[in-house]
Amino acid sequence: MSTTIWVIIVLAACALVGGVIGGIVHARRTRGELAPGAEPAQIQAPPKTPAEPTAAPERPAEAAEPAAEPPAPALEVPEAPATRMVRLRRRLAGSNNHLARALAELLSADRIDEDVWDDFETTLITSDLGVAPATELVEKLRSELAIEGISEPARARQLLRTELVGLVDPNLDRGLNLDHAEGRPAVIMMVGVNGTGKTTTVGKLGRMLVAQGRSVLFGAADTFRAAAAEQLGTWGERVGVRTVRGDEGADPASVAFNAVDEGIATGADVVLVDTAGRLHTKVGLMDELGKVKRVIEKKAPVNEVLLVLDATTGQNGLAQARIFAEVVDVTGIVLTKLDGSAKGGIVVQVQRELGVPVKFIGLGEGADDLAPFDPEGFVDGLLGE
Amino acid sequence: MFDTLQDRLAATFKSLRGKGRLTDADIDATTREIRIALLEADVALPVVKEFVSHVRDRAKDAELSKVLNPTQQIVKIVNEELISILGGQERPIRFAKSPHPTVIMLAGLQGAGKTTLAGKLGHWLSEQGHSPVLVAADLQRPNAVQQLQVVGERAGVPVYAPQPGNGVGDPVQVARDSLDEARRKLYDVVIVDTAGRLGIDEEMMAQARDIKAAVNPDETLFVVDAMIGQDAVNTARAFEDGVNIDAVVLSKLDGDARGGAALSIARVLGKPIMFASNGEQLTDFDLFHPDRMASRILGMGDMLTLIEQAEKAFDEEQARASAEKLLAGRGEFGLQDFLDQLKQLRSMGPLTKIFGMLPGMGGQMKAALDNLDEREVDRLEAIILSMTPAERADVSILNGSRRARIAKGAGVQVHDVNSLVNRFVDARAMMQSMGPMMGMGGGGARKPRPPKVERSALAMDRSAKKKGKKNKGKKKGTGRQVPTQLAGGAQNPFAKAGPQLPDAAAGGFELPENLRGMFDE
Repeated sequence: MSTTIWVIIVLAACALVGGVIGGIVHARRTRGELAPGAEPAQIQAPPKTPAEPTAAPERPAEAAEPAAEPPAPALEVPEAPATRMVRLRRRLAGSNNHLARALAELLSADRIDEDVWDDFETTLITSDLGVAPATELVEKLRSELAIEGISEPARARQLLRTELVGLVDPNLDRGLNLDHAEGRPAVIMMVGVNGTGKTTTVGKLGRMLVAQGRSVLFGAADTFRAAAAEQLGTWGERVGVRTVRGDEGADPASVAFNAVDEGIATGADVVLVDTAGRLHTKVGLMDELGKVKRVIEKKAPVNEVLLVLDATTGQNGLAQARIFAEVVDVTGIVLTKLDGSAKGGIVVQVQRELGVPVKFIGLGEGADDLAPFDPEGFVDGLLGE
Repeated sequence: MFDTLQDRLAATFKSLRGKGRLTDADIDATTREIRIALLEADVALPVVKEFVSHVRDRAKDAELSKVLNPTQQIVKIVNEELISILGGQERPIRFAKSPHPTVIMLAGLQGAGKTTLAGKLGHWLSEQGHSPVLVAADLQRPNAVQQLQVVGERAGVPVYAPQPGNGVGDPVQVARDSLDEARRKLYDVVIVDTAGRLGIDEEMMAQARDIKAAVNPDETLFVVDAMIGQDAVNTARAFEDGVNIDAVVLSKLDGDARGGAALSIARVLGKPIMFASNGEQLTDFDLFHPDRMASRILGMGDMLTLIEQAEKAFDEEQARASAEKLLAGRGEFGLQDFLDQLKQLRSMGPLTKIFGMLPGMGGQMKAALDNLDEREVDRLEAIILSMTPAERADVSILNGSRRARIAKGAGVQVHDVNSLVNRFVDARAMMQSMGPMMGMGGGGARKPRPPKVERSALAMDRSAKKKGKKNKGKKKGTGRQVPTQLAGGAQNPFAKAGPQLPDAAAGGFELPENLRGMFDE
């Protein structure tokens, strides 16, 4: 069958279906009537992170005592979160001082003309911030500079810092919600596209939670990728965390269910469920992900769904985040591979679009290279302070 | 917010409608739009700047075409420039002279898809009669060795993994030994899977260099995620400086990333893109097509991909029969046929995405479809499913009581049923009026449509070649010269399927005005 015929068939089908559906949707809208099916199916609201300060001790950033009780002498002792922050600042500052440099250039120019501003805007764009936020930021900075007549670099830098921090929004609650009912573990799901580092993040987060003295269980619901369960198992063995696994190709929902079930039986505090990477455009796989979450909820509510985003991801990150949020109600973002030359500017857009905070950042392949996200530190790192 | 370059340019040119000539000011206005469109597609900034100035020069010199309006003309220039940067030609693997095995080394960032690609490449090579071996030189990531073993098993390709991995063993030694292994067991291609590494990690780059020195690969392939953003250039340069790559492989192209990184890398390094990996199955792997990538970066719709997906999803005979029925007229095309088409179309993915791949979708139609809720479509299906076969075949028998029954059955209001039936009849009538235009059915005016965007001769040749796989008897050079005036409409495509029509359609099909009119009312 030739391609020509396919062209015709596809066009005919699209045109006809598009005509009928588009027309009906349009007609419905013009009637000003709410489509019967358009009601969002908000049946179970996600468990909200309590806003009161009682949640504070659960924030890994503030967990003072790291490895209070190492699981066993032979096991590795994870690094304290506090010292991680120091490394985070250093690494960010080390690799990302383009902005600071561009700003210095901006201010050192005798006359700030369109070209200079353009260059500055493009510097922002190269950090994957996106065209719209970058333009917005430049506009703001321009008008502020004009109004206040600022000429000294320190003040301008301060201004840029304030604007950037505002973009990252320091007021969001970035603690991990680990509240759980007696006898039922807190459940955290890790989701994302292929190769962003979900399994690694589960391993690192598990270590972090172990360091806080919690009993942790891994659920290897990535039954698709070859040796994913083994990879997670290796992470678990290092810190004495058991990994619940299924056969390769098993239904991931059943593996997740068993993991939570076992978590209940053994009285674990936290069950971390690793899922297979999936491109957000694969409808079937996204449905599967929704199922995994629904099935877990038969046993225990899901506390957190963490979307793992790769810092090298460009503007497509936004599309990913939107669809994952639609399917599984993402409650936090983990930005990985921030130790490279990529700046991860896409999270600013993602956070703004979803209203969901970045909770952790991954900084390398080392077992303890996961740190809580600190907006001011992130911005300082961007500015090279 | 505009999605595609075409939309952006259309908005810029709104005020210029009817103007026969582009002034310098018009061109400057468009270059900003081009710049933003490219940046949003993740093309790296330095590349964008250079590209835009190039396009500006060409646009100023360009003779105004009689066939194309200013928007189309600029898009055409941009498209051609893109294709020329992406490289016009396929780049085959350079095999070593026997008796030496050909060595292919894979390098890239963590999570780019190297291990998966090793399996796909191995599978692809063994299908071509080679006997490849996969070498597990990623001893860093936990259980990367096992992953490669499983991948190898699935692909039916042997794996050489003397070291357990997880930080144990020397990857350089493994790589070196693999050559002896290949000679001993007579493998003719050695695929070395290395650990993912960052461009700025000097230590790991040195290791990659050592591996390269140990095996002296014929091809060093840089594997990069199609979703990568502005950092693509830095990373690609770091790998070029570190290990001297020969060609690029784009992975995860099955997502909806525009893949501007491909352009950046091709431009900055001047290295060809050899393969594209576009799915999770071992067979989802193909040579890279620059022309499709260009359309994709521009967000111009990707007819060829759409067609390929359709070929997988549609039942061939059924689809053909129903298309003939539809276009032939006489009201034979019933709601059952519509339902079948709808189902097959939906099995290809979300409808919004499918329509998004159609070129020339713009304005209100797009707005209407962007807000399309798939559940509305479910409702439509329910209405049709609540009809008897006789009713589906002939909607004219639907009287008031039948309609009331159907509405009850589907859980909707009667006016929903009415609306579906009316729309269906309208759309069918319109499609039938298009029948002759598409070269189906008999009689009627035969209006040749000019193609919106001419394809370059190279692109033409390529797609003709591709079709050659399915259409054995055809010579691959038939479409070398692109007809400026599309004659395809006058031919019967069932009798003689020339490559002109699909290519013109791929580049410049626009939904007819009367169909778009349906959304604008």
